[in-house]
Amino acid sequence: MADGPAAALDRREVAAGARAVLPIALAATVFGVSYGILAREAGMGIAAPIVMSFTTFAGSAQFASASVLEQGGALAAAIVAAVLLNLRYLAIGISVAPSLRGSLARRLAEAQLAVDESWAVAQERGQVVRGRVVGAGLMLMVGWCAGTAIGVIGGGALGDPAVYGLDAMFPALFLALLVGLVSSARAKRAALIGALVALALLPVAPPGVPVIAAVAGALIAARRPS
Amino acid sequence: MTEAWIAVAIVGAATIALKGAGTVVLGGRALPERFDGVVVLLAPSLLAGLVVVQTLQGDDGIALDARVAGLAAAAVALLLRAPLLVVLAAAAGVAAAARALGAA
Repeated sequence: MADGPAAALDRREVAAGARAVLPIALAATVFGVSYGILAREAGMGIAAPIVMSFTTFAGSAQFASASVLEQGGALAAAIVAAVLLNLRYLAIGISVAPSLRGSLARRLAEAQLAVDESWAVAQERGQVVRGRVVGAGLMLMVGWCAGTAIGVIGGGALGDPAVYGLDAMFPALFLALLVGLVSSARAKRAALIGALVALALLPVAPPGVPVIAAVAGALIAARRPS
Repeated sequence: MTEAWIAVAIVGAATIALKGAGTVVLGGRALPERFDGVVVLLAPSLLAGLVVVQTLQGDDGIALDARVAGLAAAAVALLLRAPLLVVLAAAAGVAAAARALGAA
């Protein structure tokens, strides 16, 4: 199936998405550097971490698998940890799917750009704005992959991004976007239940499970009339 | 060395499949109406889960560290209706300051 006119991207939305995610993309770049350093220490070589940043393109999962390998853990444990952390992309993929246009190959390619931060900044009235996901996702991908390359090739000079508080920027972004989304009573209930479920599971469940379990908030809130 | 490539291949394929599953299954159609309500609520529930996990997740369960101070600063900035850039800068600045003062 050829891409018809409907497949064309709104350039203004692409630019808006890239702009909206810029500060977070800078933080992601710095984290990419520290991921590259960790992956190198874990014996992953130079090419594998860079390829992984393009294909997996998910910070927490990549950090988790590299840490397991670095600590001498089993390969299977590293893979399971990373896949668990990425289970939430099933839900994010479902939420993005109705907004995508064009051939299946094109939609699948654009779906890969929907990561936490690009998906979050593309929200508008309960829907995902396609151009914004693409613009923000590309911006994040450039930063994350460039950072990874710098890290593996030898950029230990930056030090720990936590010293600059960059790790606190991610929950702050998600909170800021959440505030804009909880206008209805149902959305408030979904957020509250999601937060409580994640909090309850955090001490007991393996990493990755608390976030995907937060989807229970959407399922429960959708059942009750508001 | 080969271990790394096996991890890259399997995790990469699984992630690409997870991100694309919704697109393949839904095939560009709108969702059946009874799922509509759920999908609209996915964003608030997942974002709330991400806020909790990214603020509190430690190496082994819950960790209370400078990220909590950073998020509190972000919340204050949001209450004052500050623009997003200011919210993010407040979070990073306060978390960095808390760490400089000795917080984990």
